[in-house]
This record gives sequence, C-alpha cells and structure tokens, in this order.
Amino acid sequence: MMTKEDMLALRNESWREELRKKLKNKERASISRTHMPELNPEYRSHNYEEVNQGLSLEQALVESKRCLDCPDPQCISGCPVGINIPMFIKNIERGEVLEAARVLKETSALPAVCGRVCPQEKQCESRCIMNKMGKDPVAIGYLERFAADYERESGSISIPKLDSSNGIKIAVVGSGPAGLSFAGDMAKSGYDVTVYEALHEIGGVLKYGIPEFRLPNEIVDVEIEILRKMGVKFHTNIIIGKTISYEDLHDAGYQGIFIATGAGLPNFMNIPGENLSGVLSSNEYLTRVNLMHAGRSDSDTPVFLGKRVAVIGGGNTAMDSVRTARRLGAEKAMIVYRRSEQEMPARVEEVKHAKEEGVEFMNLYNPIEYIGNEKGKVKQMIVQKMELGEPDASGRRSPIPIEGAIETIDVDLVIVSVGVSPNPLIPNEFKGLNTSRWGTIIVNQDTMQTDLSDVYAGGDIVRGGATVILAMGDGRKAAEAMHVGLQTNNKK
Amino acid sequence: MNKIIKKTNLSPNVIQLEVEAPLIARSRKAGHFVIVRVDKNSERIPLTIAQADINKGTITLVIQTIGVSTRKICALNEGDFLSDLVGPLGKSTHIEKFGTVLCACGGVGTAPMLPIIEALKKAGNRVITVEAARTRELIILEEEVRKYSDEVIIMTDDGSYGNKGLITNGIEDVIKKEKVDLCITIGPAVMMKYVTLLTKKYDIPTTASLNTIMVDGTGMCGACRVSVGGKVRFVCVDGPEFDAHQVDFDEMIMRLNAYKDFE
Repeated sequence: MMTKEDMLALRNESWREELRKKLKNKERASISRTHMPELNPEYRSHNYEEVNQGLSLEQALVESKRCLDCPDPQCISGCPVGINIPMFIKNIERGEVLEAARVLKETSALPAVCGRVCPQEKQCESRCIMNKMGKDPVAIGYLERFAADYERESGSISIPKLDSSNGIKIAVVGSGPAGLSFAGDMAKSGYDVTVYEALHEIGGVLKYGIPEFRLPNEIVDVEIEILRKMGVKFHTNIIIGKTISYEDLHDAGYQGIFIATGAGLPNFMNIPGENLSGVLSSNEYLTRVNLMHAGRSDSDTPVFLGKRVAVIGGGNTAMDSVRTARRLGAEKAMIVYRRSEQEMPARVEEVKHAKEEGVEFMNLYNPIEYIGNEKGKVKQMIVQKMELGEPDASGRRSPIPIEGAIETIDVDLVIVSVGVSPNPLIPNEFKGLNTSRWGTIIVNQDTMQTDLSDVYAGGDIVRGGATVILAMGDGRKAAEAMHVGLQTNNKK
Repeated sequence: MNKIIKKTNLSPNVIQLEVEAPLIARSRKAGHFVIVRVDKNSERIPLTIAQADINKGTITLVIQTIGVSTRKICALNEGDFLSDLVGPLGKSTHIEKFGTVLCACGGVGTAPMLPIIEALKKAGNRVITVEAARTRELIILEEEVRKYSDEVIIMTDDGSYGNKGLITNGIEDVIKKEKVDLCITIGPAVMMKYVTLLTKKYDIPTTASLNTIMVDGTGMCGACRVSVGGKVRFVCVDGPEFDAHQVDFDEMIMRLNAYKDFE
C-alpha cells in the first residue's frame, strides 16, 4: 500500500503545485457543491433506468476545483480502501480524466460501483476539510463515478499494471465486492487467481441485491471484464465446500484461499403469520427481480406484484425493495420502521429518492402479526406504534411500544428486510474454521487470516452485514497480508 | 453448461435425464439435491439426485412435468444442454444401522429415495420399501428399488398394479406385521403429511425429505422456509430432511401453492 511519504511526494509534483496556485483556497471554498442530475421521480418510478445520471464534464471540472489538495488529506483515511483521493481529483481538474481513472484503479477494483453505492457521506466526504469551514464537502463520490464512467465511455480502458507471474494458485470463494477486490489485488501481485461463484452470475450482491436503478448490471460486468483481462479466472455454479471441498483445493495446488461468501441467511422477526404466502425476505424479492429478472415478459421466474406493499426495515436493502415494489406497480409502497427517520441506517440519498418516488414512511411502527386470507395469502398486517426511549447499546434511542396503540393495515405483499445472518455453509464444511456466536468467521483483524493458516476471510461473512466498500477494504487487507505471508513462506 | 447424455421416459409425464456433472457425481451423497436452470430465462428449481456414476461423471435426475420449468426440462433431448446445474446441496441423509427401515415413497419421490435405499441396505439395514402411485404406469424405477430392498410393496389407488389402496394402507400392514425402527418418506407433501400422521400414531421415528420452492438454494432467499417444531428452518441448508413429526405440513402445502396462479 502507498505510504504517507509516497502520497506527499506525488503531491509535491510540479503540476500539482501549479494547480494549487491557480486558485486561492478561499475562491475554491466559495464554489458551491454540484448537484447530481437525476431522472424525474414520476418517470423513473415506472422503470429500472438509473436514477442518478452522473455529472457532466463541465460539472466535474468545477467540482474538482473545490478540493483544496490538503497537505494532510483526511478523506483518504475515511476511505476503507485508501484511494488517493486528492490525486484523482486534481487529475480531473487538470483535464486528465483517464489518468484520474487510473489512480482510482490502483486501489479499487470497482470504482464505477463504489462511486455509485458507497456511503461517502459517512466516509471520505465526512472527513473533508470543507465541513470544518462550514461548507458542503467535495462531492468525492460523484467525481469517482465520473472518472470511472468517463474512462469506460471513452473506450480506452486501462488495465492495471501487473507484477510478473509467480505461478502461485489462489482460490477466491464468492464473487461479490470482497472477492473481486481481493482477486484484483492478488492478480496485480502476480498470482494465478480463480474465483468460484455459487450462483450463475458473477458479482454477488452487486447483481442479486442492488437494483438496476441504483447500479446497472452492465457497469458491474465492465469491471469484471477488467479483472478477466488481468488474468483472473471465474467459475460459476461451484459451491466450495460442496462441489469442491477444502481438501480438493489443496490437492489442486491452491496455496491460499479467501472466503468472501457474504451474509446469506435472511433474518425474520418470528411473529405470527410470517410464513404466509406473500411475506418474503428482501433477499428473495430482490433476487427474483434483479438476478432472475422476474417481472419482465421473457422471464419464467414469478414475483408477487403487490398493490399495497409493506417493507419492514430501514436499511438500504429496505429502500431498494420498496423502490423496486413501486416500479413493479405498487400503488401504496410503505416503509415500516420501528425507530424514527433519524436512526434509519439507510443512506440519506436512498431515503430522499424513495420519498420522491412516492414511498410512504411509517416510522415508529413495528409489525406484530400478519393475517392471511382463506388461501393463506397475506391480506393485513397489525402494527404496534412505538416511541423512542433511552439510547441502547448501539447509541440509538431504542423504540418502546406505546401500550394499546395498535393499527391494522391492508397489505397484499410484505417484504421483510431486517438484516441477514452469516451463511453456515463454509464454516460447516471447513474443519478447523472457527466462528463467533453470531456465526461469523473469526479472523485476525489486521490480516483477515482465519484459524486455518492458508484461509483468509472478509466481507459480510466476517462482519455479519455491512457495506460494499467495507467488504472491498477487507479484500484489500487480506490480499496484502496473504501476499506477505506467501512471500515469507516461499523464501524459507 | 451440462450436457444431457441420456433421456428415458419413465411414465407419461415423468422423464429421467442422465446429465454430465463430474464434480457433482463425485461429491454427492444420498439425500443431496441440485438446482437447475434450463436456459437463460428459466427459473432456478431444485431437483433431487436419483443416481450418480463417478466413472462416467454423470448424475441422474427424475423430473415430473408440473410447471413452466419442468415442461422446459422435459422437452430437452439427448445432446442438449442445461444452462446451469449447481450442487450437491443440502445435508446428506444420516445413514447408520437402524435395524428395519421403512421407505415410503410416492410418485417421483421414488427417484430421490433410490440412493437412500441403497445406502441403508449397504449399512446393514433391513429395508422395506412401500412405493405408491395413482395407477400402474406411474410406478417408476421398480426394478432399481427392488435391487436394494429386502421387500417391496407396491400400492396403486386404482388397484391396477400391486395392492389396491393408499400408501398408508401399505405402511400400516407392514407396521402390524413387524417392528419398524425408522420410516423415511419422500413424495407429494399431502402424502408425506398422511404418512407422518400414521407413523406418529405408532410412535415410529420418521424423516421426511421436503421439496419446497427455492430460488438460490444456498440459504440466501428463505423462500424454502418451513416450520419444524415451531421454529423456522430453511430446507436448502438445514434440510432437506427433517423430523417429520415436527414438520408443519399444512403450512408447507400452503406455501407450495404460493405461485400457483402464475403457472
């Protein structure tokens, strides 16, 4: 990884010094933050077109001027993969957008993805010096997306530089963000990397989870194609631990294994009526629509087209589900969340988009029972009104039921989006792999190494349910540690 | 892509496919299933593995035409390909020497029962198989079933073959005649429900292999969830076999019909 000194040396290059002199900090700070062009809410809530349209070149050039190119940029420490943020932004400012994209790809295998789905407001942008000056932070996420899209649309996509091949075979289990990030870094270090995926598509949650209107599959496929060009091999329909065992991988000569199988099992609330038909997990709903294309005329996979849809939960997955329901024709699409909007874990932008698209927010409500019709299909939900009490262990004010405040609401589809638990498949099949009492794989936090010395793990199988970028950060960390480990071993 | 090596018609709407899948053939055990996607527009559907040939690198699937996807599979011919095939999935059958095991299978449930019968026999059990169907031509794989069963009782609803009566009549005759240590049942949900009610009456431990709706088959979607002993369990990763006396079959049958209107 790049050290502080390396970054400083790059900052001292003459072009950057000159660029800094071009405008006074005060002038830079006086430019207001750009707005992301978006599709009209009424139009977009009936199709899967991407909502955020991306910055124009003019917008990006202006926005890039807002970055002060600080001597000690805090934004970088807010980025889980440590992108050299000022370096890429200043390249945009000087008009070298392709070079900006190259800088992004030095550290991130999926810049076009991260530019779209990262919670920048909680990461890089939250550390931007502009905040301290009472201004809006530099739109780092928008600029990241801009540079990645610009490169893709230019047709001259650069392939990161690879170290000469060392012939060492590495297996990656799962092709979501953690696996792809790890695969990219290991390929750069000269390893022979093979990624195994259980589903029929590469991309994991980027494909089955995040909807087209937030992250088009085509964008993901381009990033995967770059990894292929870097020599990464992909195999779909293979379940490590089942189709191919841990021992099989050893026999085939794999010296390192990275487990990135994600958080599988959807949580339910264990309330009466939850197994009625028409009550399903957000994983099931989104998988049917995103991966299996249910709802399109050429797909055999069915999906309930609810007219009155309740989505239970307040995370990004809940927002993805409720906005999908709108697009599939829901007249009334509701978020039912037991706390208030302030505690909502979803990104501010997702909540804003959902509201614009006509989603109703029933905050401070908790479902306590579902009622079905004679065929066992859900027709009503009973909800308990809540109020906020004292802060709990998570620091959020915990919801308390208001006695007697119970309402019955007509629904024909309920999507439960209250988190996921780790998939037990790998821990069950890899003897010697230890898990926490939540079922997550236990790793050394600095190296992501598990209790099996050749096995590393990262992403939601370790975290239990986090974000794309944290998973990618784990992949990077694991790649670095595994590389060091293998180099030391092979010298012995 | 997995090539279809051999196609056999077992009964008017049941076919048997031998499919190239060397890795699955090697790693599968009795009780395992696979997920199949016929072509790029198809659903992912679970199918239990009937047989496997490690040397040829093939597995055998038995499919009954019931919906869009099974119709598509049954329309395929030798030399055609399945777009996607993944497995083996689920937990394998727990095999040990129990004593006398009664295998109660109905319709296409006979296919997944076959490897279980074989494994039980090889573990030293006395295996009595009761195979049931509506009518003679729907009795499948009889020869294979006989190969590893100590005794085979065929039941048909209309009496066109074997004994006339329901599967439960055949089971009850066995139970009255000799001590049964374990019952395993695979077949339509309604059939398994009644088999279970009967064995409960006689206090015979019973395992049912459930075939619910699935999407991914790896524990991700929860479409396959069932209530077992009042707890929610996922058929794909916790099953497919469960203590039948604890399974809420009525709920399972209701959930199996969830997408009926789409067919």
